[in-house]
Amino acid sequence: MKSSVIVFPGSNCDRDIAVALEKFQIKNQMVWHDEINLPKSDLVVLPGGFSYGDYLRTGAIASKSKIINDVIKHGKNGGLILGICNGFQILIEIGLLPGVLLRNKKLRFLSKNVFLKVINIKNNFCSEYIKKDIIQLPIAHNEGNYFGNNNLIQKLEDNNLIAFKYCDKQGLIEENSNPNGSSNNIAGILNKEKNILGMMPHPERLIDPLLSGEDGSILFKSLLKS
Amino acid sequence: MKVLVTVTLKKDVLDPQGKVVRQTLKNMGYNEIENVRQGKYFEIGLNVNDKNKAEKIVQEICNKLLVNTIIENYTINYKE
Repeated sequence: MKSSVIVFPGSNCDRDIAVALEKFQIKNQMVWHDEINLPKSDLVVLPGGFSYGDYLRTGAIASKSKIINDVIKHGKNGGLILGICNGFQILIEIGLLPGVLLRNKKLRFLSKNVFLKVINIKNNFCSEYIKKDIIQLPIAHNEGNYFGNNNLIQKLEDNNLIAFKYCDKQGLIEENSNPNGSSNNIAGILNKEKNILGMMPHPERLIDPLLSGEDGSILFKSLLKS
Repeated sequence: MKVLVTVTLKKDVLDPQGKVVRQTLKNMGYNEIENVRQGKYFEIGLNVNDKNKAEKIVQEICNKLLVNTIIENYTINYKE
């Protein structure tokens, strides 16, 4: 499997995701945002960070980068795209995923571990979570409050396009386990074709049993099986 | 031509920054303040004389970049 990680000015999780991909024998290439041609890839990753210092709106400037035309083409042709944190914000600004990410409800930058329930395992990113559907991953964001009108949220629920929801240790999805105010505790969503995933939590930070745990590894193992 | 674009959050969208500003004003003793909504303001210099052409361009850049129309409204003012 071949992947490309798009690097923007202000990306800061690009190296972490590259280390994670390589750990799982995914042949990765770093691609600068100013390139026009995307190298042949099965997976494109938009990494976390603060592209363009979050100017205008998070992800707004990055979504107009030169490489994005090819990223859109890749997605429309069924290629896999994973957007993590700022990458999720960029996917939304591009319009590849619906809705919007607002500022956290309590206005604080959140950096902590949260529990997540894997809601949809029938996609290329999450299939291996069949063995473990309550996981813990770190979040680190200021604008992760997923918002959509009632129609959109209902559509996401009805079509099973929500990949992850914030929950408590037991897997209970309720207001108390919602760190940022997201509609229906949404932490990650898929597009209709399920080849594009955007998520606020950072799976690339949990790939080592000695340092952190392996709840993130499962996502990369799922990708390998896709 | 100078173009002034004001971007505001739609009515139903939560504006935590505006809320905090309102609360701070209250703490400062301004009890008359009922609510505050925070927005954005752009001053754009445009090298176009034809108003129709200017309108077309500004509408386009608002929809494509300056405004997220899911959560924001905008108003445009043209100054010769």
